[in-house]
Amino acid sequence: MSALKKFTRSQLFMPVVCVVLVLLINVVYDVAQGRPFYEFFRIYLSDAAQPVLQGRLISILNRGSEVAILAIGMTLVVSASAGTDISVGSVMSLCACVCCTILAGDMAPQTTELAVPLIVGILGGLVVGCLCGAFNGFLVANLNIQPMVATLILYSAARAIGLLVNHDFIIYVRNDTFALLGGYIGPIPTPIIIAAACIAIALLVLKKTALGMYIQSVGINRKASRIAGLNSALIIFVCYLICGLCSGISGVVASSRITSADPAAIGLTFEMDAILAVAIGGNSLGGGKFNLAGSIIGAYTIQAITTTMYNLGISSAVAPVFKAVIIIIIVVVQAPPVKAYFARRRAAKALPTAKKEAASV
Amino acid sequence: MENNVVLTMRGITMTFPGVKALDNVDFTLRKGEIHALMGENGAGKSTLIKCLTGINDFEAGEIRVDGVDHPVKNRSTMDAQKIGISTVYQEVNLCPNLTVAENLFIGREPMTALRTIDRRKMVKQADELVKRLDIKVDVTQNLENYSLAIQQMIAIARAVDMDCKVLILDEPTSSLDDSEVEKLFKLMNQLKDNGVGIIFVTHFLEQVYAVCDRITVLRNGTLVGEYPIADLPRVKLVAAMMGKDFDDLAAIKPEGFTYDADAPLEISARGLSHKGTIKPFDLDIHKGEVIGLTGLLGSGRSELARSIYGADKAQTGTLKVGGKDAKIKEPIDAMHLGMGMLPDDRKAEGIIGDLSVRENIILALQAKRGMFKQLSRAKQEELADKYIEMLQIKTASRETPIKQLSGGNQQKAIIGRWLATDPDFLILDEPTRGIDVGTKTEIQKLIIKLAGEGKSVMFISSEIEEMLRTCNRMAVLRDGQKVGELDGELTQERVMAAIAGGDSK
Repeated sequence: MSALKKFTRSQLFMPVVCVVLVLLINVVYDVAQGRPFYEFFRIYLSDAAQPVLQGRLISILNRGSEVAILAIGMTLVVSASAGTDISVGSVMSLCACVCCTILAGDMAPQTTELAVPLIVGILGGLVVGCLCGAFNGFLVANLNIQPMVATLILYSAARAIGLLVNHDFIIYVRNDTFALLGGYIGPIPTPIIIAAACIAIALLVLKKTALGMYIQSVGINRKASRIAGLNSALIIFVCYLICGLCSGISGVVASSRITSADPAAIGLTFEMDAILAVAIGGNSLGGGKFNLAGSIIGAYTIQAITTTMYNLGISSAVAPVFKAVIIIIIVVVQAPPVKAYFARRRAAKALPTAKKEAASV
Repeated sequence: MENNVVLTMRGITMTFPGVKALDNVDFTLRKGEIHALMGENGAGKSTLIKCLTGINDFEAGEIRVDGVDHPVKNRSTMDAQKIGISTVYQEVNLCPNLTVAENLFIGREPMTALRTIDRRKMVKQADELVKRLDIKVDVTQNLENYSLAIQQMIAIARAVDMDCKVLILDEPTSSLDDSEVEKLFKLMNQLKDNGVGIIFVTHFLEQVYAVCDRITVLRNGTLVGEYPIADLPRVKLVAAMMGKDFDDLAAIKPEGFTYDADAPLEISARGLSHKGTIKPFDLDIHKGEVIGLTGLLGSGRSELARSIYGADKAQTGTLKVGGKDAKIKEPIDAMHLGMGMLPDDRKAEGIIGDLSVRENIILALQAKRGMFKQLSRAKQEELADKYIEMLQIKTASRETPIKQLSGGNQQKAIIGRWLATDPDFLILDEPTRGIDVGTKTEIQKLIIKLAGEGKSVMFISSEIEEMLRTCNRMAVLRDGQKVGELDGELTQERVMAAIAGGDSK
């Protein structure tokens, strides 16, 4: 099979087509507006004293970081437990609150000085993320509670717990070191670096260990996996734990961007974007086989759509309507009956040629 | 259409990626006949049936059904049912938590004037239907309260009641015991007398000769031939299915393969039990021994094995493995002690459907090594190829999802999975169920070979003959209890007597 044919049949084909489609809309619009066709792809250094990378592509990669990180955990959770973790957005906000509260120390709710070294605050946030993940994991893996119900608990509670941690304040940590996490290292936006590191680690772990096969195996057939020697409950637990950790990382990045912890705003509706990223990536929400790269592409596709809305000058209030239309198209072209239809058409086309070949032999 | 003929399939051709599943296959079914569709695993039986019922989309050929004046191409099982083709599968596709009556009338419930379900009428009609077919059930009870055999008959009753002209029975007897099979045959004969054409797919040769009128044999997706039952004795049938004369099954047990009570112990269980499934039992298994577990379905054969392996954790008793005390909480503990278990329910506990043949084969070995010691890709492929070759697994490639393989080939892959872990004690629970004759022999030979290498095998099968050929000792179970052991000269009479009760020495 030629490389091209192989690619068109791979799971990644449709997600990539979707991204290209979204980018194309921008190009067409730019040209129509009399801008050069490469406007969208232009990356340039800003004129500020400390020049940083700018451009729409950079903006997509930067703003899409949190969802991309969440998508890693969500992909594993969906695969192993055939359910979704809807608490990730709330957990993000809780982790942000914990991180900022630790960093502000006694000087809350407003400070420019760090009460403790930055790393302590970050670790605090991540540990809380892991705890939340462990809680979800315990409910799903050990108590066999449906994922949607189990994670609904933290979905509603985590944001409120964050508010308790903050003593009902929005905590501001107006500190340059802290701002670095959501800012720039050299000319490169830090969130891009963090997301890239997370993705790289995740891909490496999946490649170098058997975790990926374990997760898929448990997701496809939990009973059979157990008979074959896998600890199904532990594997599901680990997936939720990783998902919690991802929420923690995203939460810290998101709070650094705004140098504050606003329990009501951070990570709002991010769980939906993370789930959508998994679906756009061509992964079945019914669990089992997964493709992490697909989810990552899905995450950035969502951000690309949002950025495109701004580019087209659509007001942010009505943007969700257009976003919905695009997402419907993306999801429908990947739906099994539609795929089957194209497969039938392909087979119908292939058959006469095969017969011809047979005749010529 | 010819007189009496209810269904003809001509020149059916269909390809799966990389495999020609059916090549120009003809099939004819007459009214009031029971027609066996025979072939080895992967011969194309299921594929042909699926072409008929609209699950598969065949590329060439023509299907004609009595009463339809144009060639039929079903798009779904619903289409097939509309023109009178019904199928009952090995796994009962009904709803256990609904009543028998509801199951019989799902999707076609009698309605009242208010367009609500007329329950009274439904129960009455259901009752009439089961009485007519002589199935003894209370139609207001939930389906799950009845045995698998009864459930299967309810499925058949449902099919028959929908004006079916062609009834397809796909391995209906695989999970039934002899008396249940008897009942099913009675029902089949009754339907036959009513003029229904029945296609019977099975691996049990004796059942074919007990009930069928005609046999169509497939091999490698092609038609071998159609024979009246009298013209094709068993040996010829097997030869037709395999395309060769097969060596005598009885001769696989080597000379001197008898029970050696002095061989070192591999497993020694004392008072193991699992509440509700198996009562406390003692069992010693020696190295190099093939021990058979025999008893009726539901007598606790599988459950005994599962309590040793940790699939159902033993709640009482002690277990020694290789002379040392062993604590087994989970299957992985048993695996680290050198055990392996092929469970009887292949679909629910054996295969990981969406994973490839390669991944399915290496899964247990990888689980044993642990997550961080991943087998290299090259090693994985080498192992997969080794067992595909050794067990002659028919698959388009090692990367094919295992669910695309035929049942017997799936089973072989799972056997490969356990052989890859190089176990000292291997439990095989119904390894030959739904597998063709040729492969059965191969598996039996394999068991003897493992024993010859000093390994212990626990073999569970519903076919006594097969156990007699391979085991050198048997444990007999009845009603969840181990009631005796048999060694020395094993004969069908002795085993039967032991199962039935009375003399079990």
